[in-house]
Amino acid sequence: MADLNELYQEMILEHNTKPRNFRAIADASRKTEGYNPLCGDRITLFLKMENGRVADISFQGSGCAISKASASMMTTVIKGKTKPEAEALADVFRRMVSSGAQAAPEAVGKLAVFAGVSEFPARVKCATLAWHTLLAGLEEKTDHPVTTEGENGS
Amino acid sequence: MNPGKEQILNGERSAGFDVQACRKDFPILSSTVFGKPLAYLDNAATTQKPQSVIDTIHNYYTGINANVHRGVHYLSEQATCFYENARVKAQQFINAAEFREIIFVRGATEGINLVAQSFGRSNLRRGDEIIISTIEHHSNIVPWQMLAEQTGAVLKVIPINDDGELLLDEYEKMLGKRTKLVAVGHMSNALGTINPVKKMAEMAHQWNARVLVDGAQAVPHMPVDVRALDCDFYVFSGHKVFGPTGIGVLYGKAELLEAMPPYQGGGDMISWVTFGKTLYNTIPYKFEAGTPHIEGVIGLGAALDYVSAVGMNRIAAYEGELLAYGTRLLSAAPGVKIIGTARQKGGILSFTMEHAHPHDIATILDREGIAIRAGHHCAMPVMERFAVPATARASLAFYNTQEELDRLVAALGRVREIFR
Repeated sequence: MADLNELYQEMILEHNTKPRNFRAIADASRKTEGYNPLCGDRITLFLKMENGRVADISFQGSGCAISKASASMMTTVIKGKTKPEAEALADVFRRMVSSGAQAAPEAVGKLAVFAGVSEFPARVKCATLAWHTLLAGLEEKTDHPVTTEGENGS
Repeated sequence: MNPGKEQILNGERSAGFDVQACRKDFPILSSTVFGKPLAYLDNAATTQKPQSVIDTIHNYYTGINANVHRGVHYLSEQATCFYENARVKAQQFINAAEFREIIFVRGATEGINLVAQSFGRSNLRRGDEIIISTIEHHSNIVPWQMLAEQTGAVLKVIPINDDGELLLDEYEKMLGKRTKLVAVGHMSNALGTINPVKKMAEMAHQWNARVLVDGAQAVPHMPVDVRALDCDFYVFSGHKVFGPTGIGVLYGKAELLEAMPPYQGGGDMISWVTFGKTLYNTIPYKFEAGTPHIEGVIGLGAALDYVSAVGMNRIAAYEGELLAYGTRLLSAAPGVKIIGTARQKGGILSFTMEHAHPHDIATILDREGIAIRAGHHCAMPVMERFAVPATARASLAFYNTQEELDRLVAALGRVREIFR
């Protein structure tokens, strides 16, 4: 049985209290809404793409500690990445938090603090909301908010 | 003390109510979660089932199972008898005038959809008005939005005050000759507010509007008398009143139900079928197409028997005391804010906490064996009104104890430790 301390790691709590890149980007090239209808978490993700790379990334919104910390830490690791690099990292992250797949330390880096989420099935969608929104933003599917629904089978 | 409590109690006391004896009737209540005794405080979502309901369903499948209303053999006659007896139990439980005013549906949601699609589509025209309230569950909003889209009718919404009470003055102003239907919850699942539905029905009837009351949260917690309320339709769900899932009741006044077209076509709802024309069955069967949820109906009957034996007045009185106790505890807990402080209130403790999101609160409480809900409670307009994305909600039933509420508040201390 996973202890609460495995979920609420110090780094997660710290990012929840002081989220990084918690702002709007005035000249963003993508602005994507993410929404978790189960708990009401909302995120607006701003992406500024330059030469195929994420030149700047930020977010706004409201949510639980897990979703906020996940969004915050995501912005810090995605900046400077290409679209395929970001997608690959999203995939590693999603598998780590949803099925507890062992992630290579060099692949996930500090995101490893989210490994404990896999022991809390009800919270997986909190951790993946920002990443779903990022993937949609990278694809420019910006017509309507992305939601975390429909990922049950994944 | 909660000022609304005295009125809810109506002079009654929970004297003689033995909560520990009741708890023994519910097998799941003696289970443990993460090594801690289960404190089930999510009764507004669904309730636990007494052994008598579980046994009734078991006995149905081991000794009675057959299809109903096709009674040429012994078992079918038995099954039909149990099924129809449950209808009479439901009739008596809400004091409907006749058994044929009780329609079995999947739940309150389906009951509302049935009225919207059958009554609504045949009675509402472009420009007609439907009145609902700010504190409705989505199931009492969306069916009316769909009906409005289909007919060109207009949806109007009764506002609330900061305590979560409907503004009756505003409601009165909304009523008019274009009002065809008022759909209002008896008790709010998100805030606990008990609405003055009797008075609201009286006001609506002065304009010849029909009134549907969503009783999903009320029926498990207080005596309900549809004739005293004089509502035209009343719906509730079996699983919220200690019965099985997938079954519920739509009550409608017989003359209204008789005039309404069928909701779904199929077996049981017909009296004569040719390819040229079909004659529909009489009520209630006209609205019960297909083989019904027989086990659900019979299980619901057992659940209504159970709570009737405990006594709905006694249940209301005990829960009123429990709510007052929980309100005192939560009000004194640092950083906690109760959302929903109506004078007339049922056993719902919806709250937010400084520095901790409701979803995080629920996870931490879960590890202490305490089951609560976090989220918008399918009442997003309520969350918007109070400008919160979500609340944590402890919802009570008569098998809950003061000790469980003590544990809830103690666990909130653990939340504060983590989210300093």
